[in-house]
Amino acid sequence: MNYFDHAATTPMRKEVLEAMTPYFLEQYGNPSSIHAIGRTARAALDEARRSLARFVGATPNEIVFTSGGTESDNYALFGAAYANQHKGKHVITTKVEHHAVLHAMEQLERDGFEVTYLDVDATGTVTLESVRAALRDDTILVSVMYGNNEVGTLQPIAEIGEVLSGHQALFHTDAVQALGTEAIDVKVLGVDLLSASAHKINGPKGIGFLFIKTGVKLATRSFGGQQERKRRAGTENVPGAVGFKTAAELVMAERTERVVTYEALADALCGRLDALGVEFEVNGANRLPHIVNLYLPGIELEPFLIMMDMRGVAISSGSACTAGSIEPSHVLTAMFGSSDRTHQSVRISFGLGNSVEDVERLAERLSEVVSTFTNGVRK
Amino acid sequence: MNLRTKAPADTTVVVGMSGGVDSSVTAHLLKEQGYNVIGIFMKNWDDTDENGVCTATEDYEDVIAVANQIGIPYYAVNFEKEYWDRVFEYFLAEYRLGRTPNPDVMCNKEIKFKAFLDHALRLGADFVATGHYARVDYVDGEHRLLRGKDDNKDQTYFLNQLSQDQLARTMFPIGHMDKKDVRVIAEAAGLATAKKKDSTGICFIGERNFKEFLSEYLPSQPGAMQTLDGVVKGRHDGLMYYTLGQRHGLGIGGDGDPWFVVGKNVEANILYVGQGFHHDALYSDALLASKLSWTGAAPEGEFRATAKFRYRQQDVPVTIAPLENGEVLVKFDEPQRAITPGQAVVFYDGDTCLGGATIDEAYRNGKRLDYIG
Repeated sequence: MNYFDHAATTPMRKEVLEAMTPYFLEQYGNPSSIHAIGRTARAALDEARRSLARFVGATPNEIVFTSGGTESDNYALFGAAYANQHKGKHVITTKVEHHAVLHAMEQLERDGFEVTYLDVDATGTVTLESVRAALRDDTILVSVMYGNNEVGTLQPIAEIGEVLSGHQALFHTDAVQALGTEAIDVKVLGVDLLSASAHKINGPKGIGFLFIKTGVKLATRSFGGQQERKRRAGTENVPGAVGFKTAAELVMAERTERVVTYEALADALCGRLDALGVEFEVNGANRLPHIVNLYLPGIELEPFLIMMDMRGVAISSGSACTAGSIEPSHVLTAMFGSSDRTHQSVRISFGLGNSVEDVERLAERLSEVVSTFTNGVRK
Repeated sequence: MNLRTKAPADTTVVVGMSGGVDSSVTAHLLKEQGYNVIGIFMKNWDDTDENGVCTATEDYEDVIAVANQIGIPYYAVNFEKEYWDRVFEYFLAEYRLGRTPNPDVMCNKEIKFKAFLDHALRLGADFVATGHYARVDYVDGEHRLLRGKDDNKDQTYFLNQLSQDQLARTMFPIGHMDKKDVRVIAEAAGLATAKKKDSTGICFIGERNFKEFLSEYLPSQPGAMQTLDGVVKGRHDGLMYYTLGQRHGLGIGGDGDPWFVVGKNVEANILYVGQGFHHDALYSDALLASKLSWTGAAPEGEFRATAKFRYRQQDVPVTIAPLENGEVLVKFDEPQRAITPGQAVVFYDGDTCLGGATIDEAYRNGKRLDYIG
C-alpha cells in the first residue's frame, strides 16, 4: 500500500461498512419518528452514543453528534465564546492549531473577542508557563489541540487542564488526530469540550462528535428540530454514528498493536533513509506515532509532491493548497520561524495496511526524488 | 534533437491548463492521441479581492472538472514571485518610461516557456503544451514556429521570443484548428469549459478598469495636452494612460476631424495630439528595436521579410538589418501608422515566425519621431 496520508483521511474498515449497511437499506428510520422503524434507528443511535462516550471516558449525554471535526471545533469555540461573553471576551489558543480552530478564532476576533495565540518551541509544544502567563480574569475559553495534524507533537493537555482548574475558562481540545492511537479520558484531561471525527480512524466521512461536559452550556449554532437535546438540529446520521462506533471499538481493541506497528514503521522509514544516505530530520518530538514529518533539505515542495504522486506514492505537505497558493505551513513557521525548512518538509502518516516493506519502498522513492533536487539530476 | 518522433505512449506532456476552453481541448486531444498527459494550472497573480474571492480559484475549479472528465492528473503551481519579478516589474518600468509594454510576450518568454517549462522538465516531461493558436514543426534540423491556421486567432505575435530550445519542447495541439472547431470538440466531448467565455484583456488586470489598475501602482502626473505646434488643447491625466494613435479619452471637442495621440514628451510631461486618423506625425518608415530574438538560426546581413507591429494586424513587407550592437533596423516599404515603442515587432517568412524584437524608436526620412523622449 503506497498510501501514506492517513492524517488526511483513512480507508474505511470492512467491519465498519458491514455495520453501517443495514442502517442504509433496512433500518433506515428517522430516530425522531414514533413508529417501530424509527425506534430501531433511535436505539442504534443511542447505542453508538454510549459506546463513543466510553471511548473518551464521557457519559452518553455529553456526546453530541456533528458532521465531523470542523463542525465540532466551530460549535465548541463559537458556542463557548457566545455563551460566556458576559464573563469576558478573552480567548487563548496556540499558533499550531488546525485551521478549523484558527479560522474560527479569526472570526471571533472580527466579532470583537480578543484572542491570544500561544507560541510553541522548536518541537511544536506549548509550555504551561505560557498558558499561565496568558490567562486573565476575563479569559473565557482555552483551546489547545491534543496532537498536531502536521508534525504529530502532543500537547500537555492534562497539565493544562490542571492549570485551568478553578478558573472560569472552558477548556477545549481538538483530539481529531489523536483518537486512533491515544487512550483518551476526558476526566483525566480535565477538558470541558473535545472534538472527534470518524474518518481519521477508519470510520466514515461526515460524522464526528463534540464532547460537552455536563453542566457546560454552549450557545446554539443550529436551529431546527429538537435532535441532540436541542444542541444540534437536523436528522441524525444514524449509519454514520453506527460506523463511528464500530471504528472506535476496533481502535479500543487494537490500539496498542497499532502504536507498536506505527513506531516500527517510523523506525523502518528512518533506518532505510539513513541507509540510503538521505539527509533528513524529523520535525517535532513526543509525537503521535502515525505521523512522521520529514525535513528534506534542498527539496522544493510543489514539484516534490507531484513527483511522488507520479511514482504512485501518496504523501502530503502539512497544509492543503488551493489553486497553487502555497502558504508555508503555519505549524512549521511557528516552530522554526520563516526558514527554508517550512517549505522543505513533507508529512508521512501511517495507517492500517502499511507494512515495513511498503515503508522501505517509500524510503527508496523519497531518496530517488530527493536526489533530483540535491544532485540536479533529471529523469 | 527531435522528440516528436517518440511514440505518444512513451511521451509525457505537461499541459498548461488555464481553465479556458482552448487549453481544455489541448489536454483532451493529447489524451485522445495516447500521450501521457498531466494538467498543471499556473497561478501567476494573486487577485484575491476584499471578499476573499479569487478568480484563480474559479479557474482552477474548471481545470479540476476538465482533468477529471478526460482522466488526467492535475496539479497547481505557483509562479506569483517569478511573474512579479520578470513580467510585472518590466510592465511597470515600461509605463514609467511612457512606453506601451506587451506583458503577454514577456509572460510567454519568462513564465510559460521558461519557469513553467523548467518545472515540467524537472517532473520528467518531454513537452509542454498550451492552447495557443500557433504551430511548431521540425524541418531540416530546425524547429519552426508557424502561424496558427485560424488567421483571426494566430498568436505567434506573442510567441516571437521563443528560442529553438523552447520550441523543441513545445506542442500547440490546437494550432491547426479554427476557434469554432475547438468549441465544437469541447462540446462534443462534454467538457465543462465548452461554453466558457474567453478571457479578455491583460491577464492580471482582467475585467477591471485599466486606468484605475495602473494608478494603484504608478503615480500619475497630469500635464499639458498640446499640438506639435504648441497649441494647448487641454490637460492629460498622466502620460502612461495614453498610447500612440489613441482616439478615445482625450476630451477634445470642437469642429473638424477627431483628435488622436500623436506623441509624448516624457521629460516635459507633454501629450501631443493631432487631428485626423491619418495625421502625418503618426506615420514612420523605419524603426529601431532591441531585445532581438530569432526562433531559428540568426540571419546574416540585411534581408527581406514581412513584419507585424501589433497583434491582429496584417504583416507588411519590410527590410530587416540586424545591427552589430544586437539591435535591429526595420525599414518599411510603405509608411506605417502608430509604430509604438514598447510593443513587439515580429518578423515572418510566409507562415514561419522568424522572431521579433521590442520597438524602441520610430523614424521618418531618417529623422527620429518625437513619440517618446
